[in-house]
Amino acid sequence: MSVTVLTEAERNPRSRDTRSRRPRRRTSVNLLVGGVLFGIIAVVAILSLVALPFEPSDTTGGRLQPPSPEHWAGTDRLGRDLFTQLMIGARLAMLTGVGAVAIAAVLGVLVGLVAAMAGRWIDDALSSLLDIAIAFPTLLLAMLVVAWRGASLESAILAIGLAGSAVIARLTRVTATRVLAQDFVTASRTSGTGTLRLIRLHVLPNVWPTLIVPLALQFGGAVVAEASLSYVGLGSPPPNASWGRMLQEAQSTVLVAPTAAILPGLLLVATIIGINLLADGLRDVADPTGRTLR
Amino acid sequence: MSAMLEIENLSVHLDGPDGRRLVDDVSFDLADGQRLGVIGESGSGKSLTALAVLGLLGHPLSASGSIRLSLGDGDTVDTVSAPGRRLDGVRGRTVGAVFQEPLASLDPLMRIGAQLAWPLRRHRGFRADALRRAVLDALAEVQLPEPERIARSLIHEVSGGQRQRVAIALALAAEPRLLIADEPTTALDVTVQAGVLELLQAAVENRGMSLVFISHDLPVVAGIADRVVVMRGGRVVEIGDTRRILTAPREEYTRTLVGASRALDDLLPARPAGSDGPTSGGTE
Repeated sequence: MSVTVLTEAERNPRSRDTRSRRPRRRTSVNLLVGGVLFGIIAVVAILSLVALPFEPSDTTGGRLQPPSPEHWAGTDRLGRDLFTQLMIGARLAMLTGVGAVAIAAVLGVLVGLVAAMAGRWIDDALSSLLDIAIAFPTLLLAMLVVAWRGASLESAILAIGLAGSAVIARLTRVTATRVLAQDFVTASRTSGTGTLRLIRLHVLPNVWPTLIVPLALQFGGAVVAEASLSYVGLGSPPPNASWGRMLQEAQSTVLVAPTAAILPGLLLVATIIGINLLADGLRDVADPTGRTLR
Repeated sequence: MSAMLEIENLSVHLDGPDGRRLVDDVSFDLADGQRLGVIGESGSGKSLTALAVLGLLGHPLSASGSIRLSLGDGDTVDTVSAPGRRLDGVRGRTVGAVFQEPLASLDPLMRIGAQLAWPLRRHRGFRADALRRAVLDALAEVQLPEPERIARSLIHEVSGGQRQRVAIALALAAEPRLLIADEPTTALDVTVQAGVLELLQAAVENRGMSLVFISHDLPVVAGIADRVVVMRGGRVVEIGDTRRILTAPREEYTRTLVGASRALDDLLPARPAGSDGPTSGGTE
């Protein structure tokens, strides 16, 4: 017995210490790195509304120039400033993410709560509908919406948001059902809490921590989906430079001017890593007990 | 003396084609200010009866028969047939409940003070500073130390006995006329049990409340109830004054119950006189 204790202590004298500290440290690193990455993109997106180094349609920069003090990221094959386009791309990415996640959250939580609270055949009907909606590929749905409404940023956001809402709805339904079965809901109803108040006081706060991470993942997914749609020409039309379209345009000149292809790709990756890390950190903050109902 | 609660031919059954009956033709009543013990083994239907009184049997359960709750102004409400919205107004003010597992019966993500504030606000109209003071008073009334700290805590940050005291404070907050305690001490340490029981007894006496005390523990029920209902398999086996049930049980099943707990008592020199001191754990 004592030998075991001794060797354990020798091998790792501060094991207790590190074990108790590790979760907290990881949380703050996630929050910090994610927040910084995501924050930079967000600031760039906001700056693009205030001022741009060049007009997006300014073609006086010379074709396919490498990065220079004047054109920080070089120019494209029409002589337009790439840094300007990257900034506009950041704005479109943020807009897509926020818009799609807002649609997914509002619609998804609403449908999920109705299914969970109503129960019986309404629940069965909604659940079957959700299963069908989830089985439908996002990009296919997006193409249908584009065919219906024409290629635009709004169509892309709507389609991506709709696809995401099905997943959020099912998650909300499952979690809310579990919360509603808890004794504290019964106890709260025992003191006369009505349905709406019950949702606001107990159901939403207990469902919310479960939704943060999926919603954040959807933010990243939405940015990628929009880039994919733009890449095949179904996203926001020119002259709005989405990162996806920049990738597509840079494809033919990638050997001559690689920065035009590398930079939008790097920004996409940075955005998604940033939001995912941020989500991880936020989850730990939102659930102080550390044991979300899953 | 008027009736606080009258249950007549209550049946609870599962929805669906086979519709199994879980509570079968149960009738008993409870006078104003009386303390009624309901005793029975797991699955005897005692908790379902309590939920039916609260009008909280959800899908897939439904009730038939009638449960008349007195509202105190001469009016009654039938919790079997009344619509949900009417019951929202009745629960809390007329009837409150304490459940078996205190950790589960409080919201894990809401500070204790905030949970207590809601019934105090809704049923007794406290606002702002008065509300804050009412929350602290409610915590002090259930003899919780440092009400300020407890009010700021989450439920997993306080000990088991303290949790049940918070749950009792929550049930008492709206000043109900009837308190339903469903196995309130079963999940607690024996030493903590005695304190919680004393507290319940004091609260019932001070406020002149009626009490339905549900348990499978005969000695506990005998200590707190004037009258006892013995249930088994969803039916009432026997009803009578506590003393009579203990000394001269009429039914075979009751005799077994009494015999079993007497046999246990004989083995022990005396019941441990417990106190509900601050227990360790969870507060780190």
